[in-house]
Amino acid sequence: MVSITINGREIKTDQEDITLLQLARSEGIGIPTLCFHKALLPYGACRLCVVEVTGGQNTKIVNSCAYPVREDGISVQTNTPKLKQIRKNILEFLLARCPEIDMVKKMASGLGVKEKRLPEKSLPEDQTEECILCGLCVRVCGEVIGKEAISFVHRGAEREVAAPFYSQSKDCVGCTACHFVCPTGAIKVKESGNKRFISPWNTEITLVTCEMCGISFAPENSGEYLQAKLGLPAEWLKLCPQCRRKVAAETMGKYDFTSRNVILKK
Amino acid sequence: MTVDLEKVNSIIEKYRDDREAFIALLQDISAEYRYLPEEVIRYVSEEIEVPVSRLFSLATFYTSFRLEPRGEHEVQVCMGTACHVRGAPRMLDKVTQKLNIKPGETTEDKRFTVETVNCVGACALGPLLVYDGKYYGKLTQWKIEKLLEGSNDEDDQSS
Repeated sequence: MVSITINGREIKTDQEDITLLQLARSEGIGIPTLCFHKALLPYGACRLCVVEVTGGQNTKIVNSCAYPVREDGISVQTNTPKLKQIRKNILEFLLARCPEIDMVKKMASGLGVKEKRLPEKSLPEDQTEECILCGLCVRVCGEVIGKEAISFVHRGAEREVAAPFYSQSKDCVGCTACHFVCPTGAIKVKESGNKRFISPWNTEITLVTCEMCGISFAPENSGEYLQAKLGLPAEWLKLCPQCRRKVAAETMGKYDFTSRNVILKK
Repeated sequence: MTVDLEKVNSIIEKYRDDREAFIALLQDISAEYRYLPEEVIRYVSEEIEVPVSRLFSLATFYTSFRLEPRGEHEVQVCMGTACHVRGAPRMLDKVTQKLNIKPGETTEDKRFTVETVNCVGACALGPLLVYDGKYYGKLTQWKIEKLLEGSNDEDDQSS
């Protein structure tokens, strides 16, 4: 059992490996984050989750997403003027990088960023920067999907996320988990016919067509990948979820609401 | 372009058991081909069962790795502070005008690759360039002219 105080409130926990961020949030104390996702390991890239931790004589600023709650009696402040200033500065940089992204603009105004002190990132006309380099897409691909189809490339000001050699990624299974976790909408997915295009990775994925109704429903290679990973039967890729349900219902019978029985078909 | 994968195999074998020696492996490949050919990277990734993305990430992170073929001769013009105040920008202009390429590019005939570097640690010799690993200090436009006009066969010109 570890007992700490957050913003003056005493909080006890006996969960091991819980981080300050998780504990604070579970107690209803809000800490802003950009690069945190509960399905992924802490990354500590955005630094928005900084908090002040006081233990004994020392106060230090740490990123709460990766700070384990282990020391008994520490006192944590989540919203001091110093922390507010740090978050404002971070948002100013993000705003200079991605001036067109609503989510960044909203967050900046929410944290009290008023004027633009920094010059905006210069890009060729008709292009805007949409990526904040939070790394969620890279991490979800590696940690959850287990594929590492994309990665950070180059460094410093040129750093970006890309598929190897900026061309069709052979490892990509077209699951679009990257699109799902992206907080800014920088990853765009288009579907037409039996093709799925994931634009920033220059990747084109072929979809499987349902043998019954003819709609395209799942990426070919992710189906095969999942089939192997989860040990699914070979038939599962032949029918779309709706048709599979239909077939199951027809073969298994119907539920009779009056007698509350399943009437099996012969 | 096809590359001889025979040499790659021996490099891979060298690092087969070391799962953390990707950088050393890439360095060896880079030393062999003088750049990192895409097909070699892809081949290595399959052989050592590491995602291409990870190797590509490394290859683009470090400036000593190049993904484009290099010219026959490498010209690195020092742009460090000491060289800068001693006129390195004018020396760079001279080199790029002479070869008609921008820094970081390779001439069409694949003879020269020009790059800028930030201090090579020989500030007393500035302005300075490194030509195929050899230092040429106290540069003048005339020296550059002579150097790039194929007088590279002559011995030690460094001063």
